[in-house]
Amino acid sequence: MLPRVSATVAIPKPDLQQVFDNLRGSRLRLIGPTVVDGAIALGEIERTEQLPIGWSDEQQPGRYRAKHGAEKTYFAFNVGPHSWRRFLHPPRLTLFSAKANGKMTIEHDGEEPPRYAFIGVRACDLQAIAVQDRVLMNGSYRDPQYVARRSNAFILAVNCTKASSTCFCTSMQSGPRVTGAFDLAATELPDVFVLDVGSEAGSQVLEGTSWAPANAFDVGRATEAVQKAERQITREVRTDHLGSLLFEHLESPLWKEVSGRCLGCGNCTMVCPTCFCTTVVDTIDLSGRSERIRVWDSCYTTDFSHVHGGNIRPSLRARYRQWVTHKFAAWREQFGVSGCVGCGRCITWCPVGIDITEVLKAFRSTGVK
Amino acid sequence: MTSTALETVPATLRDPMLPRAAVIDAIKQETHDVGTFTLRLDEEPEPYAFRPGQFNMLYLPGFGEAAISISSDAEERDTIKHSIRFVGTVTMGLSRLRAGTEIGIRGPYGTAWPIEQARGRDLVLVGGGIGLAPLRPVIHHVLRHRDDFRKVTLLYGARSPGDLLYAESFEAWKQAGIDVHVTVDRSEDSWKGVVGVVPLLFYRIRIEPKETVIFTCGPEVMMHFVAYEALARRVPKESVWLSLERNMKCAIGVCGHCQYGPLFVCRDGPVISFARMEPYFNREEY
Repeated sequence: MLPRVSATVAIPKPDLQQVFDNLRGSRLRLIGPTVVDGAIALGEIERTEQLPIGWSDEQQPGRYRAKHGAEKTYFAFNVGPHSWRRFLHPPRLTLFSAKANGKMTIEHDGEEPPRYAFIGVRACDLQAIAVQDRVLMNGSYRDPQYVARRSNAFILAVNCTKASSTCFCTSMQSGPRVTGAFDLAATELPDVFVLDVGSEAGSQVLEGTSWAPANAFDVGRATEAVQKAERQITREVRTDHLGSLLFEHLESPLWKEVSGRCLGCGNCTMVCPTCFCTTVVDTIDLSGRSERIRVWDSCYTTDFSHVHGGNIRPSLRARYRQWVTHKFAAWREQFGVSGCVGCGRCITWCPVGIDITEVLKAFRSTGVK
Repeated sequence: MTSTALETVPATLRDPMLPRAAVIDAIKQETHDVGTFTLRLDEEPEPYAFRPGQFNMLYLPGFGEAAISISSDAEERDTIKHSIRFVGTVTMGLSRLRAGTEIGIRGPYGTAWPIEQARGRDLVLVGGGIGLAPLRPVIHHVLRHRDDFRKVTLLYGARSPGDLLYAESFEAWKQAGIDVHVTVDRSEDSWKGVVGVVPLLFYRIRIEPKETVIFTCGPEVMMHFVAYEALARRVPKESVWLSLERNMKCAIGVCGHCQYGPLFVCRDGPVISFARMEPYFNREEY
């Protein structure tokens, strides 16, 4: 007997391993948070012990520290440097290989895209996946690799029960409570996981666990835990007319002021869960076989806007403006949603701690609106 | 003819980044740094058709891809022509090829010139340098359907007389009823024509603003002043059409490179009305 879709159930925390085993039994590769090089990153896992049990994190503009404590928590941290686009829209992907000696032969590697189960997708990141769906799956062209990876992915979402100082999901209406499409959404309590069942597949992976309908006490505690996270969020972005505000201030001196601190490293674009820009690298070996490899790109590189005769955006001011106006203004026109989900990664991982919420506030206060 | 693996892939799953093979039928040197490539495509996987103003991604293994506008007659189906300026890695690589060689091609991509809007009205084409290449299919169209339009004018300029593209055709275009005005930035002894930047050619023609449609392609600063001259003559912004250029890697609106304000130039352009583009156009480093 399995729970119905949209039911709320509770499982003892150790039963999460049974869920993992069931997912692996369906030949899915589990990707989840795990401690790597002192940060909570995303990697391939098989057992719950590989989760950052007892780990938490501390995030501030330009600062990230993972800390180990005594409590046996599984998900008591916020988003780290990695996001799920690493797996749905990989940083490096061979498109095809070609051989040319007068005649041209194109070989398309027909390898099956991996099938994943994502463990611990936070509300902001679930929203980010929905944003990338619009870019790579629901547009006039579909990226076949993305479509395959995305449609096969199992999503075990996790509600945040704490917030970092850099979080602003409430402003971007993406969290901290998980909404949108998931298979299971978990809220971690000291003794149990309270699970919302979002799909048939989400129900099936509870096979063999000692699940029980969640009682009112558990549901109440779970709600309270998420509300606690919500109360911890201090950063704020006013989103009304934000796009037109930025487009009307393309020549504002603020761009120069802020970019004066920017190093142009592109970290914000690499950690951003919605950034999708790629470029293509061509290689050739001595046999004359060449490959086209798609790699993540960043609008902070000088090469990004290169046309014959030079770069469109040689100054850092212009490149910083490009990123911000794309994320908060152009994106809405292009895809009907904001390009920002309020995860706060760009604030945490900016080496000089540029805080996008402060930047947008500055535009708001100089703006006429 | 080629042993591509494409045929085995169902059309619905075909990767839009995969090129198909095309044979270079002929290469014609136009100027010292521009050559026109005539390409022949297999009927498979599907016959090729394009609309004037669109472009293709041309692929040279090991070098990469370049976005190149199509210069041939859209009603001529068996071959397509690309006038290519040899300035970048890929185009320099292409410049070293000979007829008979195969290259990769994907396309056509992007928006087309709104020829319908010009039907029954005056059409002014304004080109600068290699910017005449994407206007060439419009000229082909006009030559086939001259009676569909009232006055047709071409304003064209290049840096020097030697940089003028398709110069040997100007006389034939005049004969066919196109009012051709040509200028160069820098003169040479043999040059008997006009000297000056392209937008100044507007002072040599008379425009009926409500009945005129303008298509322009050239350097951004030139198009900026073309729009300026057009608007000064009260041509509506909606009747001025630009063909933009940006870095392009995917041509299908997913790589992000060609963004210009809210536009993906590859998808929402290259041809776009000045009315749509004005808030973002020719802003410093945008």
